[in-house]
Amino acid sequence: MATKSALGGSVRRREDPALIQGLGSYVDDITPHGTAYVAFVRSPYAHAKITSIDTSAAEAADGVVAVYTHDDVAHLGDLIAQVVVVKGRPLLANGEVNHAGEAVAMVVAETTYQARDAADLVEVDYDPLPAVIDLKDAAADKALVHSDLETNVVVTWEAGPWGDEEGIAATKQTIADAKARDDTVTVSIEAVNQRLIPVPIEPRSVVAEWNQGYQRFRVHSSSQVAHALMGAIKTTFGLDANQVHVTAPEVGGGFGVKLNIYNDEILTCFAAQKLGRPVKWTETRREAPVSSIQGRGWVATATLVGTKDGEILGYELDAIADMGAYEQNFTAAIPFLGLFVGSGQYSFPTHWKATCVFTNTMTTDAYRGAGRPEAAYYLERVIDAYCREIGADPFEVRKKAFIPQFFEGATSPIGFAIDTGDYATNLDKLAEVADYAGLKAERDKAREEGRYIGVGVSAYCEVCGFAPTALSELGFSWSTYGLPAGFYGTGLVRVNPDTSVTVVTGTGPSGQGHQTTWAQIVSDRLGLPIEKIRVITGDTEESPMGIGTFGSRSLAVDGGATFTAAERVAEKARSIAAHLLEASADDIELDADGGHVTGSPDSTVSWDDIAAAAYLPHRLGESQIEGGLESHVIFDPPNATWPFGAHLAMVEVDPETGDVKILKYFTVDDCGNVVNPMIVAGQVHGGVVQGIGQAMFEEAIYDPDGNLLTGSLLDYPIPTASDVPFFTLNSTVTPTFCNSLGAKGIGEAGTIGSAQTIVNAVVDALEPLGVKHIDMPLRPRRVWAAIQEARG
Amino acid sequence: MYPRSFDYVAPTSLEEAYGALGDDSKVMAGGMSLIPLMKMRLFSPGVVVDIGRIPGLDSIDDSGDHLEIGALVRHATTASSDAVRSHAAALAAAAALTGDVQVRNRGTTCGALAHADVAADQPAGALACGAVMVVGSSSGTREIAAGDFFVDSLTSALEPNEILTSIRIPKAGPGEGSAYDKLGRRGGHSDYAVAGAAAWVKKSNGSIEAARVAVTGVGTKPQIADGVAQALVGTDGSDEAIKAAAQNAVEGMTVLEDLYGSEEYKTHLAKVYVARAVKAALANAG
Amino acid sequence: MEVSMTVNGKAVSGDVEPRTLLVHFIRENLRLTGTHVGCETGYCGACTVHIDGKAVKSCTMLAVQAEGADITTIEGMASNGELHPVQEGFWERHGLQCGYCTPGMIMSASALLAENNNPSESEIRHGIEGNLCRCTGYHNIIRAIEYAGAKMRGDEPAPPDWERGGE
Repeated sequence: MATKSALGGSVRRREDPALIQGLGSYVDDITPHGTAYVAFVRSPYAHAKITSIDTSAAEAADGVVAVYTHDDVAHLGDLIAQVVVVKGRPLLANGEVNHAGEAVAMVVAETTYQARDAADLVEVDYDPLPAVIDLKDAAADKALVHSDLETNVVVTWEAGPWGDEEGIAATKQTIADAKARDDTVTVSIEAVNQRLIPVPIEPRSVVAEWNQGYQRFRVHSSSQVAHALMGAIKTTFGLDANQVHVTAPEVGGGFGVKLNIYNDEILTCFAAQKLGRPVKWTETRREAPVSSIQGRGWVATATLVGTKDGEILGYELDAIADMGAYEQNFTAAIPFLGLFVGSGQYSFPTHWKATCVFTNTMTTDAYRGAGRPEAAYYLERVIDAYCREIGADPFEVRKKAFIPQFFEGATSPIGFAIDTGDYATNLDKLAEVADYAGLKAERDKAREEGRYIGVGVSAYCEVCGFAPTALSELGFSWSTYGLPAGFYGTGLVRVNPDTSVTVVTGTGPSGQGHQTTWAQIVSDRLGLPIEKIRVITGDTEESPMGIGTFGSRSLAVDGGATFTAAERVAEKARSIAAHLLEASADDIELDADGGHVTGSPDSTVSWDDIAAAAYLPHRLGESQIEGGLESHVIFDPPNATWPFGAHLAMVEVDPETGDVKILKYFTVDDCGNVVNPMIVAGQVHGGVVQGIGQAMFEEAIYDPDGNLLTGSLLDYPIPTASDVPFFTLNSTVTPTFCNSLGAKGIGEAGTIGSAQTIVNAVVDALEPLGVKHIDMPLRPRRVWAAIQEARG
Repeated sequence: MYPRSFDYVAPTSLEEAYGALGDDSKVMAGGMSLIPLMKMRLFSPGVVVDIGRIPGLDSIDDSGDHLEIGALVRHATTASSDAVRSHAAALAAAAALTGDVQVRNRGTTCGALAHADVAADQPAGALACGAVMVVGSSSGTREIAAGDFFVDSLTSALEPNEILTSIRIPKAGPGEGSAYDKLGRRGGHSDYAVAGAAAWVKKSNGSIEAARVAVTGVGTKPQIADGVAQALVGTDGSDEAIKAAAQNAVEGMTVLEDLYGSEEYKTHLAKVYVARAVKAALANAG
Repeated sequence: MEVSMTVNGKAVSGDVEPRTLLVHFIRENLRLTGTHVGCETGYCGACTVHIDGKAVKSCTMLAVQAEGADITTIEGMASNGELHPVQEGFWERHGLQCGYCTPGMIMSASALLAENNNPSESEIRHGIEGNLCRCTGYHNIIRAIEYAGAKMRGDEPAPPDWERGGE
């Protein structure tokens, strides 16, 4: 090709000019004429019977248009989750509230201020019931979250390998035998992987309009999954897919929060239909922790058995995972995603179990990493504990236990097929670029000076790029939203008559730069410049189907579909050029100018001419080529993708206060081939800092009655610029064979690798004091308490 | 996010402001503490008296033996004022560690003092620097020593009809210095104080002649740690002497557990930061 | 109540309740939606605007307090089609992902650089402590502000990290 490939270049983002000038359009920026506004009345109790609701004062308040309670919306049914379906969320509380903040009534008014004023006037009487908050209490059914269920346990996921009862029994026996040997050590830690509040900086927002004439909904929502929302709306209201047009315009961060169908979205549609006017709801930050999903929330015991000289013989995880009060979208499937990578990059026998339980708290669901950070956390923490116990080097022990490099698939001990992996090369590179030996020497020197510096490492194995559609057999699909849509990718590429290019893809980005990356892919195939290519995402009318953006799947799956669609359009353009030039299509090359016959620079046809022929098909004469210049591809990859990597942190602890400072942070990530290194680096930075946030600051704390004590940013600190260092990023490249791009996915890797890296570093720093374990978040009070405890 | 309705008054003189005050009113200067509470509907005054348009309250004046910081002096101004930095380094440092840039650009030193948050920075600075609060109302002006000003959590000695119009801080003489240090809730210096301490010392002939130490973040209010000062006076200010004196950091105080620290930890931190602040104050005293 | 102020160089006025927050006046009355709302405790800084040249949070201010003020919002940063150096820096150095915090971040960064166009890394980090970003990990935001500082000083900005290999 005459044009340099656009793949692999750090192209400046196409989305940025609007966003840096305040010209991006987020949902709350969209206010159709005559919009009315919603405010919710929320339960102050974690578990209570509702004995009465009096809406009369609210109804009489200034500007109030309507007040709704469960009776008004009972006919619409509950929200239903995917994969495991035990208890869906009622749109408005049905006589009983099961978590603090559950929506009890909905007020619609002329202004946001009036809606809030009136919501305060709704009088609800409650009869409190016992609440279960503690995970072990919940697992033991000390009280029931739902009185109509016999147990709080939703599902138990167990593997070793997955789906093989006999295999699991054999693995358990192998591990028991190893423990019984005289030449082995067994190391165990019980650790909390605390609940988190995701905090995308844009609160969720939805605007709904109902056109009574056309019988259609027009909905804007800050969603990662516009098509799923379309499905939920059509199913709830008994409509066809083509009667509901959902768009997700600019979305201000998602991280899994916006990968859910929420009651507020359905209720806003309900009110818009009922009232015949546009209705908007925008979440406030203080209600976000109870109106949007939370993440993590595990307590688990991780046990490792190995020889005294560093050979790991087996690993067990026994976890309880917090579902909150209702299943939302993937709720009970999140720990299952952890199970996928339960044995990490390693070959040792693994027995892995997670018991999912309801509690009287806000629902948990996918938060960046979703199950995989938890799985990596326990595995990589207990490996470090084992290394410390036997005095072995954490790099060496890990390397010895890795699955040897493989490029055509391998099966993990947990029973899943991994695409490609080259773990030792990756970890070696980390040791090299971070100067691991030098850092250890620096640490040891500091120790002699009485300073507490630590070096921590973690490897990680990620699974993402969620596909194939065969996963729908396990329930991973939008089937409960009335759409038989498994996890495929979609890409539509159209060269318009004026040679501009429109790309439509099924993703729902919230900052990942798809405008740019997709344009690079299409430009690479067609030769047309990136500036001529526009990418449409998150639009149910433009894109026939789309699965959305989550699980680091967009590039590997929808990007793969778009790559193929662009290739097909290129193929057709070559055929048209060949027809016009009276040459063979095999001899045509495309670039920014048009089609050329290889080796004959004068034999050229412009893109204008190619497009004109495509849209004036009579010019195609007898060629049998159909008019038009577009292709729409649905791509079902053979497998998910399995990125991996390793992180290293150096920290210093002030032993007098417990204050932790991160001095250095290195990553070596392997996400296969990279389309835009600049964007990939940004994903790593952000992912790492969310992991650091969990390691250092963040924790959704409930009191024993189920009140959330950390409901505002005042009490729930997320990292600021002052809390983190610059990062040193490196990579290895092990492409996947699962898509034409060879790309794996990088959205969550940073988060999956980082929390335990920090904790391992802090434990390392405090090793001279005898500290062996500290639970996250490593707030100064907790670090200091661990030091006191170790000192006795 | 949406405050309840209230009446708004923006007087252009203190007299007019005093006339507008009543039982259901609240004085607002920068609004950095008040407006978030109103947005969360945790506090909803019937009348907001915005003193932001009253002329003459926005300066730091050198009045001979003391500095006078007016009611509308922003945190940023207090933090960067050469006069405050040289005469009341603890207050300047505390102002510099208050909130973030935007908060420091709007919020006022007097407002932060009047708000009397248990974990705020500047009250400790004001206490250690021996500030006197100048309080006005329609019946005249009265002065309140900083030590008597902070009464309880979010409660000062101000009556509903009074305005904190300025604070007076004695200028530092030879051998005097002050400092403030804290552990923020986010670690380091970020955010409200888990525990913080301000210290003022006067050195003479190689020993400490006088000292005032204040602690914030640990109890029901920012307050003076008399026992520390007493133990310091007469010593040479050595690390050992400081450490010994710092053991009295929370003497007579009620230390309360919160999300950021147990009673034991906060007690310990108070001692650590008292020692750090005293040491830094001695260094500032030259 | 009637309020009047200057926004992005234009005289504007409107009738508001005393409780109307400045950010709502800007977004709803003036339809300048580049100024965002991200929290209600004044922690996130997405609503940052300049008032008389200083960065302030427009969600923690009543519209009536801004009577007579000279306000600049993100929409007023580019002039005659030319981006402000901080805007350019954010674009050149990938200082944004979802873009929601970006207007506030740019307003804080530009106020910081107006006072000191050669800040240290630590001064930059402290200077934007009042602006939360959940996407970028701040790394490229710091780089973007460094880039803008260099431009404002007339210096050649350092090459981007992704061209430095490794770091």
